Amino acid sequence: MTAPTTTAPDRKQPAGDAPGTGDPFDRDILPTPPGATLALLRSLLAPMKARVAVTTLLLLLQQAAVQAGPLLVAYAIDSAVPAFRRADHGPLIAVGAGYLLCALASGGLQYAFILASARVNQDVLLDLRGRIFRHAQALSIDFHERYTSGRLISRSTTDVESLRELLDEGLQELVTVVLSFVYISALLLWLDLGLGAVAVASFVPLYLLVRLYQRRAVEVYRKRSTAIAAVIVKFVETMNGIRPVRAFRREAVNDADFGALNARHERTNGDALLEMARYVVGSRLVANTAVALIVLWGAHRVADGSLELGVLAAAVLYLRRLYDPIDRLGMFLNSYQSAAASLEKIAGLLAQKPTVPEPATPRPLPPLASEHPGREVVFDGVRFAYRTGGEVLPRFDLTLPAGQTVAVVGSTGAGKSTLAKLLARFYDPSEGRVLLDGVDLRDLDVPELRRGVVMVTQEAFLFSGTIAENIAIGRPDASREDVERAAKAIGAHEFISGLPDGYDTDVRKRGGRISAGQRQLVAFARALLADPAVLILDEATSSLDIPGERAVQRAMATVLNGRTAVVIAHRLSTVEIADRVLVMEHGRIVEDGTPAELVAGTGRFADLHRAWRDSLA
Amino acid sequence: MATTPVQTKDRSAVRTLLRLWPYVRPVRARLFGAAFVAVLASCVGLVIPLVLKWVVDGPVAHRDPAGVWLGALYLLLLGLGEALLFGLRRWLVARPLAGVEAAMRGALYRRLQRLPVSFHDRWASGQLLSRGTTDLMLLRMFLAFPLTFLLVNSVTIVVGVIIMLAQDWTLGLVILGPAVPVMVTCVVFEKRYAAVARRAQDQVGDLTTLVEESVLGVRIIKGFGRHRSQARAFRELARTLRGTELRKASLLSTIWGVIVTLPEIAIGAALVLGTVQVADGELSAGTLVAFLSTALALRWPVESIGFLLAMSQEAATATERYFEVMDEEVEDPGVSGGRPSTDQRGIRFDAVSFRYPDAPAGSSPVLDRIDLHIRPGESMALVGATGSGKTTLTALVPRLHELTSGRITLDGQDISAMSRDRLRSLVAVAFEEPTLFSASVGENVLMGAPDTAGGPELERALAVAQADFAYALPQGTDTQVGEQGLSLSGGQRQRLALARAVVGRPRFLVLDDPLSALDVHTEAAVEAALRDVLAETTALIVAHRPSTVLLADRVALLSGGRITAVGTHHELLRTNAEYAHLMAGTEITEAGEDIEEADAR
Repeated sequence: MTAPTTTAPDRKQPAGDAPGTGDPFDRDILPTPPGATLALLRSLLAPMKARVAVTTLLLLLQQAAVQAGPLLVAYAIDSAVPAFRRADHGPLIAVGAGYLLCALASGGLQYAFILASARVNQDVLLDLRGRIFRHAQALSIDFHERYTSGRLISRSTTDVESLRELLDEGLQELVTVVLSFVYISALLLWLDLGLGAVAVASFVPLYLLVRLYQRRAVEVYRKRSTAIAAVIVKFVETMNGIRPVRAFRREAVNDADFGALNARHERTNGDALLEMARYVVGSRLVANTAVALIVLWGAHRVADGSLELGVLAAAVLYLRRLYDPIDRLGMFLNSYQSAAASLEKIAGLLAQKPTVPEPATPRPLPPLASEHPGREVVFDGVRFAYRTGGEVLPRFDLTLPAGQTVAVVGSTGAGKSTLAKLLARFYDPSEGRVLLDGVDLRDLDVPELRRGVVMVTQEAFLFSGTIAENIAIGRPDASREDVERAAKAIGAHEFISGLPDGYDTDVRKRGGRISAGQRQLVAFARALLADPAVLILDEATSSLDIPGERAVQRAMATVLNGRTAVVIAHRLSTVEIADRVLVMEHGRIVEDGTPAELVAGTGRFADLHRAWRDSLA
Repeated sequence: MATTPVQTKDRSAVRTLLRLWPYVRPVRARLFGAAFVAVLASCVGLVIPLVLKWVVDGPVAHRDPAGVWLGALYLLLLGLGEALLFGLRRWLVARPLAGVEAAMRGALYRRLQRLPVSFHDRWASGQLLSRGTTDLMLLRMFLAFPLTFLLVNSVTIVVGVIIMLAQDWTLGLVILGPAVPVMVTCVVFEKRYAAVARRAQDQVGDLTTLVEESVLGVRIIKGFGRHRSQARAFRELARTLRGTELRKASLLSTIWGVIVTLPEIAIGAALVLGTVQVADGELSAGTLVAFLSTALALRWPVESIGFLLAMSQEAATATERYFEVMDEEVEDPGVSGGRPSTDQRGIRFDAVSFRYPDAPAGSSPVLDRIDLHIRPGESMALVGATGSGKTTLTALVPRLHELTSGRITLDGQDISAMSRDRLRSLVAVAFEEPTLFSASVGENVLMGAPDTAGGPELERALAVAQADFAYALPQGTDTQVGEQGLSLSGGQRQRLALARAVVGRPRFLVLDDPLSALDVHTEAAVEAALRDVLAETTALIVAHRPSTVLLADRVALLSGGRITAVGTHHELLRTNAEYAHLMAGTEITEAGEDIEEADAR
């Protein structure tokens, strides 16, 4: 939030009050194509047109029933009273029956309306939640690397929530307000053209007031939402980093920082509440003045006989109702304001195109050539650069024969991980093709691709659920025996058996503390179970101790024997089992050969190997 | 993110809400004032129909133009008064209630920062966040709206009923008829609604958990092509939530149906009865108009009771959730000014045992009677198999966890006899998971130093950690990092975390596998620079690799919760089979196991 401003090259971006770099990712303002927000709303509502219509009809009828009351009062005073005096009980019975009917209808219709609208709302939300979720999952890894997890989470939680509020309360409010305005104005005009006209004329100042409020509220609400976002970021950061916070005694400094952010939110929050107060005073003033004027004029006309007393009574009853919902209009504007902002952010997210799309007409992998499960990998004229520029891998060709274990070494930033991500199709090459047994990875559908290539990364994330479930992510239809066999092969069985509930231990519950090294073992077991033709290990042993690493290597030599494997590691111990070593530097493969050849040579690998040997001595 | 267990114990919403009093107390005058103003405004609203009656029955009936003017003037003044009172109420509470919300949030944050680390192990940050945001907003809304209006509407209803009874008691009684059934429905509804609402809140939590994990674990989901099954799981949860929300809606629609229908029927009955009375000449037309407009004015207060109660119910749940955290015991600041209890210098573990407070009863402790002495100026490497408790042991030194038994002394002073603040100023830590905060690189590093530290210290620390890349960042060491800034690679973050640990030249240094993400060259360079730092400090270093172990003067082997051997790297390689297995990967032979259990001291 206090990021120093740098030159933002793209001046078209709306000026946010959070200064930052020009990158829309950094500033959490993905470009939303014009009209995308409305298009999103339309596409959400389109499939339930019929039900929206029914719901609206229910509300129309309900309002009709509710608004019939004063009409019956007028009829009772002007017609039923004289009729009753003539001993004609018909009109009075009609009034009673009519009122009873209206009461039952307004209650029953209200019941039906709430149910029907809840169904529509919940289906819209279900649809939207699903869309965000599926879209976020479909977006490529490079998107996830730039869009922080916190933002993605808030898109699918708080932003959906604000739409929910609008749908749940806001829209019904708005429809009720508009409907009762229309109904009551029509009734008033029908009762008496003059009185009705005055009432309708009072809408002009009310409209101006609403516009004024809306303009000011946008500003205030935007500031408030920025302020609360800052509070949330600070809060989450502190809680997620509680260990360093404690160890470095940041509590007092944090209290002060958080206090300042909290106070800013308090101030803008107060501003927003005061803005609402001003609106309420203004709208009430207009409404009450209009009532006084109409009564004044109506009373004069009753006095000179040009208006029936009953009509004036009904008009006055309606007038009170006419202005009742103005406060609620203000509240609707609030929820509309925040929902619109949220929808815009969601639309911006949904407008992002996956850079690694699934093929329209997938091709299958050819049958395996031999009894070995490995497949041949070919990088054919591949070049990779970020879309923002910056070449990571200059054009290169590389063939990894089926069944070969290839180690890739090199310093940080040499392009090892990019190579692995291209092979796992987390990225697509900017130029050229990556072929698996002659088939372009872009032509494989997801299940086929993952039977072909699986990658184990350094960050071994565990999902909520049991250890067994976490391993079974590799192959959901695996039996318990399969899971245990995979765990045993990788040397994870021992620690898992020692957990309170063994394989059924919930990783997030009591007693389920699992160290970084143990998490990596679980990740391996997962990959082993997936049984892919090509296995990529990207720094996958960094937290393992040497015996753990040995167990993994043994497993690779036995269980994974015959598979094609690409191993990226800082540790040279992993390299010993490789058939071939690639040394990378600045995106290029500078050395390529068997470990023995390279060690015997005079290149970078020989240096590295010597340094590593020394460290073991 | 674990869903926090819900105790569906019988609790009274009122008693729960009363716990808010300490926070409300400072603004009580304004809040009560606002409630009073609201009652006044609402009474003014009730008087307006009476003025209407007076106008219709008096000046209009008697064709008295002056009276009509006067009546309209009264109406205008009352309307003016009502509008201003409405505004006054909101103005009175706007800033104070924003203040209450902020104060509660600040208190929550302060408390959370001081709760034991084991509390944070149990609670997902998302659950804490929802308490600090949505729940507190709910509470502010409760104070601003339902709390006031439950009072105001009750008063309005009572006053309105009195006015109606005064005008015509038979009609008044007819209007009162549905009161009892409506109240019964409200009470029944309130109970059921509360249960369903809490269920919905928890299901939202589960859904959030799934979203959070799918985002954090996206590489695994993609890597195994599991995004379809993940989407199915999501769809299932979302559908369950939809079912609960619809259940909520059906409860709500029932209450609304009742609350709309019954009073309306009563008004209809009053209309029929009133018309008969007007026809019989027992009642003036003006009285009937006034009576009915009063009855209609009461419609909103009556109808609103249902959702006001629902909102109060939700506020009670929010209060409960808030105090679930606030009731947790904070870490005590520790006794200050304890005297050295022994003259032993360095770091000393004395029969230290530890088990996690939430571990199942009867399970064996993670650390069992650990005895270890790190001499002043000495560096001790801590080696042990994966999951042997090395990280747990290091967390005990800065008292991130409390010992179950035994004691740790720093230069002879028991750490439990020291204030935590002082203890943590003596001990610097680099964690296995390097966390950077949303601040500049420089600020992140200098967190480990006294406030007086500046450029020279930063330069030295960055040099030790081989973090020269910091100068090449877009704004050098002023570049923002963390969630709000530039994302750095694991190796870069690890080097900055290391720089943070050494920048303050701490007396005691604890490093948890500090070089795991570095490539061989960088690691060698960091090791060379670290040697100088380690020469002047007493350090405990968790190590997986021989290269890291070689930084230390001696090594301790942690196995089965105990320190089973202490010695130099080469000694242990020769004499301890388990150590040789861990460090060189040699197989443990039957005979070689557990030979030479060295004296831990």
